[in-house]
Amino acid sequence: MSLRSPGNVKFVDTDILVIGGGFGGCGAAYESRYWGRDLKIVVAEKANIDRSGAVAHGLSAINCYMGMQWGENQPDDFVRYVRGDLMGLVREDLVFDIARHVDATVHMFEEWGLPIMKNPETGHYLREGKWQVMIHGESYKPIIAEAAKKSAEVYNRIMVTHLLMDRTRPNRVAGAVGFHVRDGTFYVFRAKAVINSAGGASHIFRPRSVGEGAGRTWYSPWSSASAYALLIQAGARMIQMENRIVLARFKDGYGPVGAWFLLLKAPATNAYGEHFEAAMLDGMKAMVGKYAESTPLPTCLRNHALLQEIKAGKGPIYMHTERVLDSKEKEDIGWEDFLDMTVGQAVVWASQNIDPRERPSELITSEPYVMGSHATCSGAWASGPEDCAPADYQWGYNRMTTVEGLFGAGDTIGGSAHKFSSGSFTEGRIAGKAAVKYVMDLASPPQIDEAEVDRLRTSVFRPLQTYAVNRNEIVAGSVAPHYLSPLQGLQRLEKIMDEYVGGVSMFYVTNGPMLDRALELIGMLKEDLDHIGAEDMHQLLRAWELAHRVWTAEAVVRHTLFREETRWPGYYYRADHPRLIDPDWHVFTASQFDATHGEWQMSKLPVHHLIA
Amino acid sequence: MPTFTYMTRCDGCGECVDICPSDIMHIDPVYRRSFNIEPNFCWECYSCVKACPQHAIDVRGYADFAPLGHSVRVLREEAKGTISWKIRYRDGRLKEFRFPIRTTPWGSIMPPSEYEVPDLGSLGSPLLAHEPAALKVALLPTLPALENESP
Ligand SMILES: Cc1cc2nc3c(=O)[nH]c(=O)nc-3n(C[C@H](O)[C@H](O)[C@H](O)COP(=O)(O)OP(=O)(O)OC[C@H]3O[C@@H](n4cnc5c(N)ncnc54)[C@H](O)[C@@H]3O)c2cc1C
Ligand code: SF4
Ligand code: SF4
Repeated sequence: MSLRSPGNVKFVDTDILVIGGGFGGCGAAYESRYWGRDLKIVVAEKANIDRSGAVAHGLSAINCYMGMQWGENQPDDFVRYVRGDLMGLVREDLVFDIARHVDATVHMFEEWGLPIMKNPETGHYLREGKWQVMIHGESYKPIIAEAAKKSAEVYNRIMVTHLLMDRTRPNRVAGAVGFHVRDGTFYVFRAKAVINSAGGASHIFRPRSVGEGAGRTWYSPWSSASAYALLIQAGARMIQMENRIVLARFKDGYGPVGAWFLLLKAPATNAYGEHFEAAMLDGMKAMVGKYAESTPLPTCLRNHALLQEIKAGKGPIYMHTERVLDSKEKEDIGWEDFLDMTVGQAVVWASQNIDPRERPSELITSEPYVMGSHATCSGAWASGPEDCAPADYQWGYNRMTTVEGLFGAGDTIGGSAHKFSSGSFTEGRIAGKAAVKYVMDLASPPQIDEAEVDRLRTSVFRPLQTYAVNRNEIVAGSVAPHYLSPLQGLQRLEKIMDEYVGGVSMFYVTNGPMLDRALELIGMLKEDLDHIGAEDMHQLLRAWELAHRVWTAEAVVRHTLFREETRWPGYYYRADHPRLIDPDWHVFTASQFDATHGEWQMSKLPVHHLIA
Repeated sequence: MPTFTYMTRCDGCGECVDICPSDIMHIDPVYRRSFNIEPNFCWECYSCVKACPQHAIDVRGYADFAPLGHSVRVLREEAKGTISWKIRYRDGRLKEFRFPIRTTPWGSIMPPSEYEVPDLGSLGSPLLAHEPAALKVALLPTLPALENESP
């Protein structure tokens, strides 16, 4: 195609459209095929499903497994743990639902060929911690993708940019549009039900490394917030978008610490060898009250302790790997942990001559991320399971958002933290089955609005035109008066978020006036999105990833402004509301964007406790 | 840059272009060989490195924090079901590891459509495919009756 004209159009009709073939999407594909034998099921994936999403590397653990067959844990234990970790605020119906199904998912993975390590004494899966099991997971994603490819038609390299709504019922989904990242074909998917499983968001906040190392974010650089932006613009209700996550990780390489802390039991100290966490407990109780008494100590509070220590000038903080690697077997486990899921950490060790058997490694807190499947729960407000959810948590089909026919899984669904890979796949299965039922119950299929499709087609390819026209104004180089590159736009976003919304340069501190200023600057950035110039299809991909990040960032700012308390110290601090205030804020924060009037509506939704 | 391609080894086959989750391995129009067009969007995920039949791609750690002189090489053998790593430190030390990657033949997963057709009457039940058998407990847990809520 020529750079001056929008792409050729290809229509794809399907019963169920799955957006994003990551863990949620693969689960959705499998389960919807199981129940919907005669249905057409399509997965639109912006990369190649064999190695797409946050698990492209592989993983070294499955972080959500009950072990009910051995009586290790029950789903209600899990709900208590997740609720404690999230400072009291989770959708207990959704968390319970994941927990009661997740073991079956993991057993399927093992049957498919995923090597799960065994405890030689008990024959049970080898536990990393109470909820995690160790795997040889380099091929985790290709194995799961094989199951998905046998279930659905997979369209690789399609960047989905917008959802389509029904012509006659504006709150019903009718499909989605996007473009082929290689050949520029404009895809129009007409679908009866859509499952959004497009994953969470990195690069909303400026990363600590801003050169080449910007690529080594903790969450994958291709996690570009489509899970949220597509829904927000379609008017779906979102919750807990302020609940960004900060991770304590090995410095720079961002190698995970789970296996080191939990399995190998390596201790962390300040630079002077002192254990610091326990000493801070009283201070934490003053900020968050009883929530500091949860065991294990909530993730955000562990960050808080580490941050206080660094601020007090007692860094670097060290993980004492050298104290625990006393056998070849343990050394193998330690290295495999990274080689399976964060090779970059092994590269850091090799390049800096750090042998973990001999010397400790530095820990640090990362830049914030927006996602819903880890120790955090940003995402869509979803209908809960029929047999568990209170009446105000259900309005139809399990995991359906407030938009009819629009489902979600994994990072997309809010309020249910600690899903991880296995839980995200499980949630995809739950959504897949519910979507089949929705399609079968549907009386009249949705109709797309052709004028809207034309409008979107022009807008999707506009960055190519913007570049082609305005590039002629300048001699060469990257500075032009009438367009910005996608990277320039991203750097602006990251700077705003870092400096005003509680990024690393501010030690995660923000306040009302800073958030107001952020909104003003994001407003201008949104206007400038109409002037992004893309030189080629790759930059067009980046342009739309940027647009999705900006919409998501705006939601983060609005929610952070709305919640007038500091509920998760260690994730962020509202300096003007420094304490946790249960009487006012033991609620979910919710937002809904009204596209007709361009307005956001904020509200509080109740947190129901279903488990004692 | 995180990944780079050795000029003399690459034959331009495009496997790396096909697999990169970040869409940053591209074929250079002049040399007809691959290169990383956007190193600051490379995760060092090694997907391209593992996929290259010529072993033409290598990684040089991010310049921001990785001193020169290291290498982390990999050989992924699907048929054998193993992955082997060779790690060379800046000071010359070597470490080698090998791990399993899969316990069943590639392509052997049974498609969901080959299982017995489920009774569509159970579409409304909370049971998912292969449950309850796959749970390895007799029953799918249910919540104790919905009780009062506390704030
Ligand atoms: C470093 C790291 C370590 C982790 N460790 C563990 C662990 O040890 N154990 C564990 O269980 N979990 C772990 N996780 C968490 C796990 O990876 C996630 O919870 C899980 O992948 C979330 O699933 P998802 O489907 O929501 O997102 P993903 O798996 O990321 O899938 C999203 C998919 O959507 C696609 N996509 C995005 N936008 C679009 C668009 N606009 N159009 C089309 N397609 C799109 C993406 O390419 C991707 O394939 C780890 C994650 C990271 C990054
Ligand atoms: S896969 Fe290897 S040989 Fe093929 S284009 Fe990429 S670098 Fe070159
Ligand atoms: S290492 Fe991963 S992100 Fe980097 S170029 Fe290769 S496939 Fe792409």
